[in-house]
Amino acid sequence: MTDNSKFHHGDVDDSVAPIVQMKDIEKHFGNIIALAGVSFDIRPGECHCLLGDNGAGKSTFIKTMSGVHQPTHGEILFEGKPMSFATPRDSMEAGIATVFQDLAMIPLMSVARNFFMGREPTKGRGLAKRFDVDRANEITMAEMRKMGINLRAPDQAVGTLSGGERQTVAIARAVYFGAKVLILDEPTSALGVRQTSNVLATIDKVRSQGVGVVFISHNVRHALAVGDRFTVLNRGKTLGTAKRGEITPEELQDLMAGGQELAQLEGSLGGTV
Amino acid sequence: MSDTTPHTTADERIKAEPLFSRLMKRPELGAIAGVVLVAIFFLITADSAMFTTSGIINFLTPAAQLGILAIGASMLMIGGEFDLSIGSMVAFAGLFFGICVMVWGLPLIIAIPMTFLFSAFVGAINGTIVIRSGLPSFIVTLAFLFILRGLSLVGLKWASGGSTQLRGVRDATENDWLAPIFSGDAFPALFAWLAEHDLVETFKNGTPKVTGIPVEIIWFVLLALVATYILLRTPAGNWIFAAGGDADAASNSGVPVKRVKVSLFMVTACCAALVAIITVIDAGSTDARRGFQKEFEAIIAAVIGGCLLTGGYGSAIGAFFGSIIFGMVVIGLTYTNFDQDWFQVFLGGMLLIAVLFNNAIRKRVTGER
Repeated sequence: MTDNSKFHHGDVDDSVAPIVQMKDIEKHFGNIIALAGVSFDIRPGECHCLLGDNGAGKSTFIKTMSGVHQPTHGEILFEGKPMSFATPRDSMEAGIATVFQDLAMIPLMSVARNFFMGREPTKGRGLAKRFDVDRANEITMAEMRKMGINLRAPDQAVGTLSGGERQTVAIARAVYFGAKVLILDEPTSALGVRQTSNVLATIDKVRSQGVGVVFISHNVRHALAVGDRFTVLNRGKTLGTAKRGEITPEELQDLMAGGQELAQLEGSLGGTV
Repeated sequence: MSDTTPHTTADERIKAEPLFSRLMKRPELGAIAGVVLVAIFFLITADSAMFTTSGIINFLTPAAQLGILAIGASMLMIGGEFDLSIGSMVAFAGLFFGICVMVWGLPLIIAIPMTFLFSAFVGAINGTIVIRSGLPSFIVTLAFLFILRGLSLVGLKWASGGSTQLRGVRDATENDWLAPIFSGDAFPALFAWLAEHDLVETFKNGTPKVTGIPVEIIWFVLLALVATYILLRTPAGNWIFAAGGDADAASNSGVPVKRVKVSLFMVTACCAALVAIITVIDAGSTDARRGFQKEFEAIIAAVIGGCLLTGGYGSAIGAFFGSIIFGMVVIGLTYTNFDQDWFQVFLGGMLLIAVLFNNAIRKRVTGER
């Protein structure tokens, strides 16, 4: 599964309207400029990688994109209209889901209980209204199977899953609850090789269902394995977007590393960046 | 894991896990095993009278009084909080109930709901302080352990004119139609009928040795069933486990963590109020020492029942059996030749074994190595 050719890639047409479009976003906190001109968009069915080293502004980016922060300058369009979300919950309901590194999973609880945490299906009315455990179990098993994970049982505790499987549960949960845009915050950073390839396979599956995946990472190899487009974030600025095949891993790496290296690179490559 | 794994149906895979290993994962397993072990111990050492109907009711009565508290405590512990003030709450609710009946002369139909409302309010104060301040519930409720105990003393002296006991509750409630639900024995007719047909032991004059099941046992069983149902089969139950397992993760997933926790504090206080009402009507008086150290016993019963001190794991049925173990040990020792004071040693030992056992179970569940 580490073989890149297994992923079919999004190949999303430029004419498809983006779900979220960010234009020259700036975000200031007092005298700190966290984002200084970010342009980014995500179309349905593609995986757009945002690459940046630590401190590049990735988490401010996530919070701005998911509606937690309002940008100081610039405009964000959600499905063509100016975006205005007051809380993360609003943006979640509109279809922008963020899977953070801590995954919002509880190890001691079963996969099914985690899957439906806070959004339990019920049956019956009034006092007889109860958690529909059978349906929750059934849906969980089915959704996980779609992602290529065969649970032993739906009441298996999340703690018994590997890091990659947990990531997959979190992604499957977001998709099941209607995510149109899935923001993944460094989903592979803490994983081993095998688990990483599982998560990348999951991203591929989610993309083929028409979800726009924003894959945030500082690992160029992981990004290149699934990404359709690549944007580098450095010192709060985006340095343009490249399509798959237009850029090499070395170039991406050096873009992430920043200005000085960039100048050297330009010299040695004859201005191809 | 990989795409090539053959797709099997859910049912087949569930069956693939042996019943034994599934049972091993239940939090109440330890408590059930404990009940069996303790029962075997007393079957060997104790007088055979312990396991007659009257003997069993004898040890189930204190077990039930503790158990009502322990079930509340276990739900709160699963929700990730502690309440050290439940023992004092029993005295305080008892005082309020005593005042309702004796000083204000209210009938039970008004006095009992008022006592529950008042207790829920005190529980809500407890919970709100814990949630708002972000302090550990251990320290906040430790403060309330003393505050409520002190208030009970002061209040009793005020209500009784200087004594730390308020007597005469029995006379005041004797003819109240609601009293049989909260005091005395249930199903006396059934036991009389059984005695008539020689199905239970009787005295020589033909009256049954056991005239009925004490109401607290009925309450205890009902509460254990309701709590288990809520925990395992309602969205609220899922929220309780989630709030205790990881409050941030639960909150991020849309669980109203604060509301869940404050409600649990209110439920726990109401459990204390129920014990207060039952014991005050039964004894006919309320005093400031009522519920003394019950908070520790309730937490011990909950831990024996499989609750983790860190929250997010446990069961109400476990607390149910934990309380029965407790009652068996307290009363059982009087049927043996052992010194009664072994009880505390026994209790501490059980607690230690239970904690070690729970830790092992938790590792099994989460697959930690």
